[in-house]
Amino acid sequence: MAIAILIAALAGATLALFFQPRWWFPEAISAHARAYDAHFLVTLCVIGCIFVFAQGLLAWVIFRYRDRGQAVTGSDGSSALEIAWTSATAVIFLGLALAGQGIWAGVHLEGSDPRALKVEVLAKQFAWSYRYAGADGAFGRVDIKQIDDAGGNSFGIDAKDPRGKDDLTAAVLRVPVGRPVELQLKSRDVIHNFFVRELRLKQDVVPGMTIPLRFTATKVGTYEVPCSELCGLGHHQMRSSLVVMTEDDYAAWLAEAQQKVVLP
Amino acid sequence: MFSTDHKVIGKQYIGLALFSVFLGMLLSLVMRFHLVHPDTKVRLFQMLWPEGAPGGQMTPELYLSLMTMHGTIMVFFVLTTAPQSGFGNYFLPLQIGAHDMAFPVLNMLSFWTTALSLVTLLLAFLVEGGAPLSGWTAYPPLSGLGKITGPGQGLGQDLWILSIAMFCVASLMGAINIIVTVIELRAPGMGYFDMPLTCWGWFVTALISLFAFAVLLPGGVLLLLDRVAGTSFFIPGGLIVNDQVQGRSGGSPLLFQHLFWFFGHPEVYIAILPGMGVISTVLSVFSGKKVFGYKAMAVAMLAIGGLGFVVWGHHMFISGMSPYSSIAFSVLTMAVGVPSAVKTFNWLATLWGGRLRFTAAMHYALGFVSLFITGGITGLVLGQPGLDIYFHDTYFVVAHFHLIMGVAAVFAIWAALHYWFPKMYGRFLNERLGKIHFFLTFVGVYAVFVPLHFAGFVGNPRRYPDFKEYEFLKSVTGLHMGVTHAAYFLAAVQLIFLFNYFWSQRRGAVAPGNPWGATTREWTDD
Repeated sequence: MAIAILIAALAGATLALFFQPRWWFPEAISAHARAYDAHFLVTLCVIGCIFVFAQGLLAWVIFRYRDRGQAVTGSDGSSALEIAWTSATAVIFLGLALAGQGIWAGVHLEGSDPRALKVEVLAKQFAWSYRYAGADGAFGRVDIKQIDDAGGNSFGIDAKDPRGKDDLTAAVLRVPVGRPVELQLKSRDVIHNFFVRELRLKQDVVPGMTIPLRFTATKVGTYEVPCSELCGLGHHQMRSSLVVMTEDDYAAWLAEAQQKVVLP
Repeated sequence: MFSTDHKVIGKQYIGLALFSVFLGMLLSLVMRFHLVHPDTKVRLFQMLWPEGAPGGQMTPELYLSLMTMHGTIMVFFVLTTAPQSGFGNYFLPLQIGAHDMAFPVLNMLSFWTTALSLVTLLLAFLVEGGAPLSGWTAYPPLSGLGKITGPGQGLGQDLWILSIAMFCVASLMGAINIIVTVIELRAPGMGYFDMPLTCWGWFVTALISLFAFAVLLPGGVLLLLDRVAGTSFFIPGGLIVNDQVQGRSGGSPLLFQHLFWFFGHPEVYIAILPGMGVISTVLSVFSGKKVFGYKAMAVAMLAIGGLGFVVWGHHMFISGMSPYSSIAFSVLTMAVGVPSAVKTFNWLATLWGGRLRFTAAMHYALGFVSLFITGGITGLVLGQPGLDIYFHDTYFVVAHFHLIMGVAAVFAIWAALHYWFPKMYGRFLNERLGKIHFFLTFVGVYAVFVPLHFAGFVGNPRRYPDFKEYEFLKSVTGLHMGVTHAAYFLAAVQLIFLFNYFWSQRRGAVAPGNPWGATTREWTDD
């Protein structure tokens, strides 16, 4: 009896939390992020209904059939019911699975955009660095022996490769608004994870692999990038930023940064 | 001590799990404290971990090692041992009319191997560098390169792997024992579909264990070889760790994840299936009805066991594996939700039309159903790779798996203890204390774990020793403070259970032979 009320109360309190505005997704800053939020809302409505229905039924059955000396009446099996709820849940669950494939496909299954700004992302314990191809649009060869973090050559850009002369490295990821971006994620040591909440994107960065991640940010601003795969004792401090700039600001930054490139 | 009697071994397993669950809980309290008071110096920490908390100030590596040990202890030594090895050992032979397990000596051996495994794990706290910090999932290369990747990644990580390997061997021995017992020692005339659902739970769990631990074991051995023999199963070429070039090549970090989760996902069902059997029994006995849809329930367990082996990839949606395999794993994952939902409907139908007696065991069983719904339903979010792409490795996942795998399974253990205590000790657990403990705990677990979903909405990454570095995490300070206080409350009320458990063994009300009016053999035989 008391437990029926408690189940109803706790289910109600759980539900009520969804109507507070404080702890929720941050603003969405890409078409993908907005599609994500829309599909999440659909999923939330479906599971919310199931949650209310199931907890409500549980509380009601407990209340209704509490021991009042009544005779036991219920049956102990029904093929029709089994078939009904098995197929109903199968339709709902698999329907959700299929409905959600669109946002996944949008991130991972669409090919590379030839106009995309390509940036290499290098993760190591416990810092991020970014490499831009420079004016020639081509990344220089890298050589593990030439890596020099203190000297500003974290990527190990090979001094002998002319394509690398204008390669630009930075500690913050700057991209122009509205332009497709393609990141090439690499790690030097252990597994890290590149996560931008506002883009609704998260991708492990695995040593030995180069993993692409594509997005087009549609809002100017600075967004935090927290490492989201346990990478050691500095994991919680492995912070970086994504700065989305207007085309003009980006061009100005690029020109200025390009001048400072120290040829290795 | 080295008894081969299945009842003694069952109690030994339950004792080991009881010790482990309180240890694991204490570790979680220390972690919860540190999360909300990251700069507070505590003399006790310095006394316990002089290296990890110099001057009482907890280091990030100490926090991560507590987290690793908490997860490992809870998953292996509580959730795998108590429901399956503890209650399974004690009651499976009784319920199928066997006089003991098929291989009593093997049974004794598997318990003592488990105990040795636990000791080995705890030794990691005492060695140089302390316990490993790579989490209970121990992903290489972090776990595969030795102490260059961090303190605790030296001898501590070696001991961790040894412990897990021993645990695998023990679990394989236990699984073989249960499988053979069910196949060979059922009473004459008892068919598979005459067994109580509890026996189905233990049987299917043993089958899962056989296939799952048989994969984790070689995974652990290969990882150990990478660490001590210079092999490169999981270590790719071109690594530079701590400015030192690692002369390895050809290994794959993702290979370990596949091996680990091929075990790791079925492990969830190892923890929960025996509990599902117990819940079916308890709901049926205290409703005064047979289990609704017995055959559907048994088949659903088999379906969960089978499908459970083809969904491991949902732990790896963002790992860098092929995005096409994510789609396949996603559909299969949503499919494994179906038999779980079917079980829930059958439990509700078992209650329907009954006459419900609200014993303490019944309270825990009803609480289990509620928690199973709350914890399970978020699987429909995480099972979609498109949505997991935000929630992966956030507190949303922490909330999900604690509710479904941790808390629900532990509620099933409490239901089982209250239900079978009279058989085990000839006395009742105190019913009133049991109900008080239930109500406080039920409120406590909702208060701890429901809010954590919302930290997940904010994008709060898990496995962070503190949240000071990030602007966006300032918004969850209050939430974490609330959760930490709820955790203190939840831990405190466990003393009621502890008291009840030990007091009732000696002073509890004496129980008659079949106190609940049940129909299964453990009450009606002998």
